[in-house]
Amino acid sequence: MSFTPIDIGSFWLPRQTSTLAPEVDAGFYLVYWVSVGFFVLVIGSMSYFAVRYRRRQEGEKTSTVDHSTVLEVVWTTIPALMLIGLFAVGLKGYASAQVAPAEALEVQVTGEKWLWTFTYPNGTTTVNELGVPRDRPVRLVMSSKDIVHSFFVPEFRIKQDVVPGQYTTTWFEATESKEVVILCAEYCGTGHSDMLAKVIVMDDPVYRDWLDKGGGAGDLPPAELGKKLFTSRSCATCHSLDGSRLQGPSLKGLFGRSEDIEGGASVKVDENYFRESVLNPGAKVVRGYQASMPTFQGLLKDKEIDALIAYLKTLD
Amino acid sequence: MSVSVTADDLEGAPEPRGTNYINAERGIVSWLTTVDHKRIGLMYLVSVLVAFALGGFFALALRLELLSPKHTIMSADSYNQSFTLHGAVMTFLFIIPSIPGAIGNFLVPILIGAKDVAFPRLNLLSIYLYWIGAIFTLSSIVTGGLDTGWTFYVPYASTTNTSVLSVTFGVFILGFSSVLTGLNFIVTMHKLRAPGMTWYRMPLILWSLYATSIVQILATPVLAITLLLLMAERVFHIGIFDPVYGGDPVLYQHFFWFYSHPAVYIMILPGMGIISELIAVHAQRKIFGYKAIAFSSVAIALVGFLVWGHHMFVSGQSELAATIFSFLTFVVAVPSGIKVFNWVSTLYGGSIKFTAPMLFAMCFLFLFTIGGLTGLFLGMLSVDMHLHDTYFVVAHFHYVMMGGTVTAFLGGLHHWWPKMTGRMYSEKLAAVAAALYFIGFNVTFFSQFIMGTRGMPRRYYNYHDQFQPLHAFSTFGSWLLGAGFLLMLYYLLRSLKSGAIAAQNPWGGRSLEWTDSASPPVTENFKHRPVVTEGPYEFTGRAS
Repeated sequence: MSFTPIDIGSFWLPRQTSTLAPEVDAGFYLVYWVSVGFFVLVIGSMSYFAVRYRRRQEGEKTSTVDHSTVLEVVWTTIPALMLIGLFAVGLKGYASAQVAPAEALEVQVTGEKWLWTFTYPNGTTTVNELGVPRDRPVRLVMSSKDIVHSFFVPEFRIKQDVVPGQYTTTWFEATESKEVVILCAEYCGTGHSDMLAKVIVMDDPVYRDWLDKGGGAGDLPPAELGKKLFTSRSCATCHSLDGSRLQGPSLKGLFGRSEDIEGGASVKVDENYFRESVLNPGAKVVRGYQASMPTFQGLLKDKEIDALIAYLKTLD
Repeated sequence: MSVSVTADDLEGAPEPRGTNYINAERGIVSWLTTVDHKRIGLMYLVSVLVAFALGGFFALALRLELLSPKHTIMSADSYNQSFTLHGAVMTFLFIIPSIPGAIGNFLVPILIGAKDVAFPRLNLLSIYLYWIGAIFTLSSIVTGGLDTGWTFYVPYASTTNTSVLSVTFGVFILGFSSVLTGLNFIVTMHKLRAPGMTWYRMPLILWSLYATSIVQILATPVLAITLLLLMAERVFHIGIFDPVYGGDPVLYQHFFWFYSHPAVYIMILPGMGIISELIAVHAQRKIFGYKAIAFSSVAIALVGFLVWGHHMFVSGQSELAATIFSFLTFVVAVPSGIKVFNWVSTLYGGSIKFTAPMLFAMCFLFLFTIGGLTGLFLGMLSVDMHLHDTYFVVAHFHYVMMGGTVTAFLGGLHHWWPKMTGRMYSEKLAAVAAALYFIGFNVTFFSQFIMGTRGMPRRYYNYHDQFQPLHAFSTFGSWLLGAGFLLMLYYLLRSLKSGAIAAQNPWGGRSLEWTDSASPPVTENFKHRPVVTEGPYEFTGRAS
């Protein structure tokens, strides 16, 4: 799975691909122009005074005007009124983002180091791929398994922290059928910047088909399915295929090799050790690595584990 | 501003200048046991500059790593530890103690016409606590690092296996140092003002240091309590913040920001005070809106206690709380705006000389205005949803903390350098350094605004290729900044050896450190106790 870059819509902001984006952007450009105005006023006056009143000779007499009630009232009340306006515009956009329409499709989101899982009402679970229908509101009910993460979709203009021990929610309605990147915005350790996922926005019939097939896995041959799963299930975040060391051991030349494990024993890597490591990662941790891998129990079907094995064997 | 100038204080007196606070006693022990506020200020100055160099080293390493995505010079874990230490060192070891500890300690008694602070021994204790706190904080470098970010967010900080305990304990101790300084300043200003030194005759930097001291005393204990709770959770597994033990992670964020937002004002208010002095003296003009500037400092300090939740708009706090915090955040913008308008108005009708301190003051106005205005973006609830935790935030707080406080600190250092050391530095090299600093700063950080609005999250080791050109541009800027600092270090050190002897009042200032105290001052500041008869900004005036 490759992650599409953020689609840049204008000099400042990403492309607007949710119904919320135009409202957020209107607020952005309002405060932007207010800021440009004040900046020009302040720095323009400073520059003008700096030139106009530069010291021409020592001992010049200077102005003793030390206050002006009119000026002070003006530059207190006018900015204050403008700031209240900005507050109100921000609040209105925030209210739109907080209240999901009643008919929204609901998806459970779980964040953990360093992947996202999405669970649909029909029981389908996907990892790092949030398939959604276009032009239909989707409400996300989110929680974390370990520490605080944050669910950020730049093109939708939504961001919401995902907190262990409680649920947080956000919602969006996508307006274009395309893939959009999901980023983790709350620092969560080694793999923080690789905790990437994507929203796959589809036309409604395509979405229904995708959901029926259990999240788009389809009927690929095992090795190709395994290749797709290797990135879509986040294996690639922590395991390289070229021998380089990431958070976890490289999977290059995996089968048949012997690994020293924590506690002193060693183990020969075969299909059963692989399966155990995926479903119960803490059981036999390779020495020198932390036991930070999450379990994929329930996230990978038997057929998918078979596919991963088939794929990894093609690399040997 | 007073009547007690004596003949041997006059300009151009040759070396040796007789006894002053630096040569009054000799030897390392005389420094370590001194209770002279100026010597303590100087020790603070050296200490915070060392901390700044260390934090700056981490910053340059981070920028170099970000030159390209993935591995450039270090691993993800080293990167995470580097940005954590950059933040922790810059915040707790440099910026919080910088202006109060170094410049404030040196100036407060002189500016009110006193011989020393109210509690000189407590003052010495505060720098010892600073050193002890610094040792605990920095010991983490050799004992496994720290990778939580300077904010120590839980549950990450209660589960990571890096040295959270030594750093939080170090920061806990540093808090006491900060409280003692604040306490000392408040009592000193209340009890030790010279005859005739009314509150409204105090230079504005004293008002801002007074406001800062209030925040230090009231807010710092909350940080201390929070860190103790965090340590208790890590060591004894008492459930306070981590849901595994029944705690609440968002509660930690409330506690942390209840201190750390007011701490932002601990950092910026003293810088604002310095700017008031620099602009008035180097434009030789009476400050415009004395009372407005003085009371806006107090207003910022008080309202600043009520805006901490704007760090948490997307954290899961209630919508009502977010709404109230957003509103109060806009309220606190008003007094900051008032200050900027008054500073610019002080230039009107002045006699502006582009000395190094004035150049830094103008840099400050430019950078702080951008820093303040970009804060409005983040105060808007809807816009913050997009910008929160992106590089926009990184750029914003660097424009305020570095563009604001560090620029003011540098301006203050150049302004009072002749007073502190008795030597003048090269004005030419100082102008070049200020230009390098200004250009380098904007190259480094303005590009980060653009990355942020386009969706680049902060604290990212790896990033999409599309951000590489802007990251590289930012990294080039950091080299210009680094060059500017090296140049400053060079000419300031050189001035100590071969700089021209400073006159008592090289800038034509009207406050007591210039009118009544030698460069450098004698041990108890004044040969004769000053009697104050007018305000600190009475320059040669004309009627309009």
